[in-house]
Amino acid sequence: MRLSYVFKRFGIFLLIVWLASSINFFLPRLGGQDPMRAHLLEQAMLGGYVQAGLEEMVQEYNVKFGLDKPLWQQYLNYLGDIARLDFNYSVSNYPRTVASMLADALPWTIGLLLTTTLLAFAIGTLLGAILGWPGAPRWLSFALPPLMALNAIPFFLLGLILIYLVTTRFPFFPLFGGYSPGTLLTLSLDSILDVLRHAILPAASIVLVAIGGWALGMRAMMVTTQGEDYTIFADAKGLLPFTIFLHYSVRNALLPQATALALVLGHIASGAVLVEVIFGYPGIGTVLYNAIRQSDYFLIQGIVFGVIVSLGLATFILDLIYPLLDPRITYRRG
Amino acid sequence: MSSTSTEQTVISIAPPRDTALWADRTTSIGRYLRRNPTLLVGLLLLLGLLLFAVIGSFLVDVERARPLSARALQPPGGSLPFGSDKQGRDMFAVMVAGAPLTLRIGLIAGFIGTFVGATLAFVSAYYGGAVDNVIRGMVDIGLTVPGLMVLILIAMNLKGGLDVNQMALIVASLAWLFPARTIRSQVLTIKERGYVQIARLSGVSGPEIIIKELLPNLLPYMVASLVGSVAAAILASVGLAVLGLGPTESPDLGMTLYWVLYNAAIINGWWWWWVPPIVAIAVLFIGLFLVTVGLDEIANPRLRRQV
Repeated sequence: MRLSYVFKRFGIFLLIVWLASSINFFLPRLGGQDPMRAHLLEQAMLGGYVQAGLEEMVQEYNVKFGLDKPLWQQYLNYLGDIARLDFNYSVSNYPRTVASMLADALPWTIGLLLTTTLLAFAIGTLLGAILGWPGAPRWLSFALPPLMALNAIPFFLLGLILIYLVTTRFPFFPLFGGYSPGTLLTLSLDSILDVLRHAILPAASIVLVAIGGWALGMRAMMVTTQGEDYTIFADAKGLLPFTIFLHYSVRNALLPQATALALVLGHIASGAVLVEVIFGYPGIGTVLYNAIRQSDYFLIQGIVFGVIVSLGLATFILDLIYPLLDPRITYRRG
Repeated sequence: MSSTSTEQTVISIAPPRDTALWADRTTSIGRYLRRNPTLLVGLLLLLGLLLFAVIGSFLVDVERARPLSARALQPPGGSLPFGSDKQGRDMFAVMVAGAPLTLRIGLIAGFIGTFVGATLAFVSAYYGGAVDNVIRGMVDIGLTVPGLMVLILIAMNLKGGLDVNQMALIVASLAWLFPARTIRSQVLTIKERGYVQIARLSGVSGPEIIIKELLPNLLPYMVASLVGSVAAAILASVGLAVLGLGPTESPDLGMTLYWVLYNAAIINGWWWWWVPPIVAIAVLFIGLFLVTVGLDEIANPRLRRQV
């Protein structure tokens, strides 16, 4: 039972990888022209970026993609390249490969996303649990309207407001980049503190917005658990209110919250990409922004593929964790 | 004797409404809105934004939203109530022209998304079986993929002279996924109800049941879903614009933000340039969110005791 569940989830993950690569392959070809040549020529006409190496690249692509071959053969070749994590060269950073640029940027993004998502989930869920509890102090309910307003706006909009506040009022945090320019990143305390200081603003703009959603969701679930028979029974048994709060309400309200995590992951990642752009954070978002400005098509394709696959993997891992939280899932879906 | 008294009670319970039906309906809507402040505040925010655009369009020539209409980088004052940006756009004209454009992207994409999503959802949930499996699989996998990434690829391939309507269509290409999932789960909950089964046993055809029995009962829910889709579509379009993939010629809110970022207006202290678009986008999103929450309460009365 359990193994078939894992296999099924892994199958979905493979399907996502295949889908991502097929989108990458077919979308440019829907235009009808030879996408590689067109983009390289466009690049050359923009001028300035890649005088050196352009001709070799066109020739290499002609051989590499076998442009005289039928479409299905090109497609299979492409899938083979993807399987070997070969995303070609970055046109604007030739001779760097897309894979190496991805490898440089991904840790920043994953670090930022992982910490902010976990922080927002923990703080928001706790806040929502308290807000949805009848014993909570009255003044706490004033926190609801600001939470709803924050929850509605995009991450990067709050980021822009934070940039304004920091430039004019509180110049304590660095605005741009992931570390101080001109320093070499080492595993020393100074380096770590520097990286953390740079991460505070991007992280804050994600966490402050995301808290609202988790708090509102948790509050709604808490209210539903209070009408349930088991809570009334626990109350009738004379259990301590805190015990009912923690073991009866929160424990059950947490499950939908955890399931929602997988659903909003893509949404959070899309938002975080824009946050990175406005703070110049050296993750995937900034690389993507520069790639779009320079029409660096291979780099864009590589990033899109990388993000889709990373999120597919994250969803797969979450799917494996859920049965541990909720034993019913195994039986229901298996 | 007893029969006349019942008649009188019936009459007093249901007085004739035809004389002042509209007045009656407006007061009952008003009374409902007072009980549902979330919906009221949301509607007021959206109405305020619309009023600004409508009244503004009488006060300023929208053509002044083009570059070189005014002296560059003027702070507010005189003939420029909102100042001007670095390329000489009259910021008041930009806001008056831009807010409806952004709303238009959201409405086109939101309507297409909800319509396609709802159609798939009804077919999938009502008929079940293989059709349901295929549609559900597509939706499940599609929702795992971060939409912005796919939209970036599509926009890249259509790059060059996008206009606002094309932008809306690009965004609409993924806008059906979420409505399809949520509406499908709602259809599942009502399709086994008694009245649907009676219709089925009476030999009513599938499409007729969907349109006559299921659709009217889910209408409030679908309106809430539509408002949510509009907000999601605007979010996606603003995201694309900020990344530089928006309709370059258009003064919509997303492109205005793009120019703000491109010229680092915030750090340079040109506050009149970035405050209006940020406020407008915030009002738009908060308004749409509150309306969605408020409509959810109508669609799902069980929520009423919470809000």
